[in-house]
Amino acid sequence: MEELLEILNGLHDDVDYENEEHLIDNGILDSLDIVTLIAEISDRFGVTITARDIAPENFNSASAMAALIRRLEEEG
Amino acid sequence: MRRKNVLSYLYEIVSRKPDKAAFADDEIALTFRQVFDLTRSVGSFLLDRGITRRPVAVFMKKSPREIAAFFGVIAAGSFYLPLDEEMPAGRIQLILDNVRAPLVICDESTLEKAKEFDLRGGEAVLFSEIACAPVNESALAKAYDAALDIDPIYIVFTSGSTGLPKGVAACHRSVIDYVEALSDILGFGEETVFGNQSPLYFDACLKELYPTLKFGATTYLVPKKLFSMPVKLVEFLNEHRVNTICWVVSALTMISAFDTFSVVKPETLKTVAFGSEVFPLKQFRIWREALPDACFTNLYGPTEGTGMCCFFRVDRALADGEPIPIGRPFPNREILLLDEEGKPVADGETGEIFLRGNAVTLGYYNDPERTADAFVQNPLQKSYPETVYRTGDLAYRNQYGELVYVSRRDYQIKHMGHRIELGEIEVNVNMLPGIKLSAALYDGERKKIVLFYLGDMDEKELGATLKTKLPRYMLPGRIVRLENMPFTPNGKIDRVTLKKRCEA
Repeated sequence: MEELLEILNGLHDDVDYENEEHLIDNGILDSLDIVTLIAEISDRFGVTITARDIAPENFNSASAMAALIRRLEEEG
Repeated sequence: MRRKNVLSYLYEIVSRKPDKAAFADDEIALTFRQVFDLTRSVGSFLLDRGITRRPVAVFMKKSPREIAAFFGVIAAGSFYLPLDEEMPAGRIQLILDNVRAPLVICDESTLEKAKEFDLRGGEAVLFSEIACAPVNESALAKAYDAALDIDPIYIVFTSGSTGLPKGVAACHRSVIDYVEALSDILGFGEETVFGNQSPLYFDACLKELYPTLKFGATTYLVPKKLFSMPVKLVEFLNEHRVNTICWVVSALTMISAFDTFSVVKPETLKTVAFGSEVFPLKQFRIWREALPDACFTNLYGPTEGTGMCCFFRVDRALADGEPIPIGRPFPNREILLLDEEGKPVADGETGEIFLRGNAVTLGYYNDPERTADAFVQNPLQKSYPETVYRTGDLAYRNQYGELVYVSRRDYQIKHMGHRIELGEIEVNVNMLPGIKLSAALYDGERKKIVLFYLGDMDEKELGATLKTKLPRYMLPGRIVRLENMPFTPNGKIDRVTLKKRCEA
């Protein structure tokens, strides 16, 4: 989680990632952020995020992203 | 009679297809009849206030209603200035200072924000309140007859190197010329269903707005958040049976790069146009393979040339590493490739693109100096006045006679489909208290703007401050605080050394 927060803070350091639950719905993360985020997550965690995974429910909060990474790690 | 007013498209189509959906988003759909009624009410309201041949700001959430507000402004013989919440507050204020619009049309989501600006004597009004204003037939008819095709219909702002954005004003004649040419080239018709991606505050949206009126087509405004969600985005296109998209390259590569087509394919898409950026060949091939029957067209054009002015239909195989050409000019436009002395370059040589034709816009609003720098007398003839637009883009002609884009002449870059003056970023940084000096560079490989600076402010604080000054696409992707700025022997910032640091 800490590593993920580090990546997220690198994108926007003025967002309260631990409590924000609508990163996508509220337009806080845009498509450039998502592309950057996916590249960094793949790099650091060694998981492959597919198009199917790129859905609001997986990216609306830091905890949802962490859950996605855990799931992909288990599947991998 | 020759067409001289863009609204003639609307006035003709409304009797033929009154009940068809013209513009829709995820909240509402407006039929041509509704667009027509809104246009005439808004136009009448303005005329009753004496606002004709004046700029009118439209500061609304992107929606079909905003489009109707644009047309309403034109119906009064005035010209619209789109503003958007996505623009940073500092930039909006600079634009308001330049244009001095007597009226700012808002919606419920923007009215309070509009009142926080110095409107320079302008008045903020709600669209919902003027949308049902009584129609003044005779005033509308008079304004329509009085409008010449050389009168402006909009001002859109682009980046400027002094830190002041430039307002490009374009007239009926340029837009009509563009709509007619683009419609032929991309084969638009009444069956066309557009999926609009571009914001309404850029000239890019002309591609959908006016052809929709011309043919009685339909435009869906694709919700912005879908551009982060490739599967949902393609599902949206399928659900609305979208057959035509004119998008920036990054929106297309978002879909192809994540192998979206193995999950869902666009079922109805027939026409794919792209531009403003170089399409990486690998990504392009993924699209072509997914949609073998679709027609792909690369478009090129500066805002000062009214949207796009060159096109290349990708109908031949491209060699590995071959850039997709920008092709040939649209009809009724000529591209001159000139050297630094204003003479034509030899075939195959690189020269600067100068644009000739009706597509050349009126110039920069309230900015005679910068207009004179870029809108210049045709260097190839001095016998009569003829304004051509000097783009600052470099290109050459390949063996097929097609134009191939090379780069910017100066220090403007292309990033995320936007034209950015790195100097504008520096000007904004240098104005901040505690900043001594800064240099913005572009790391083309990582596609990031890198900002180096000297000063007391730390990187985090600088990054947060810049978010209130610059549009999202101009924000540096990396900020580096330096102890010493490298200089060249003649005292300029040594950008070559900085560039090496970027790449390190």
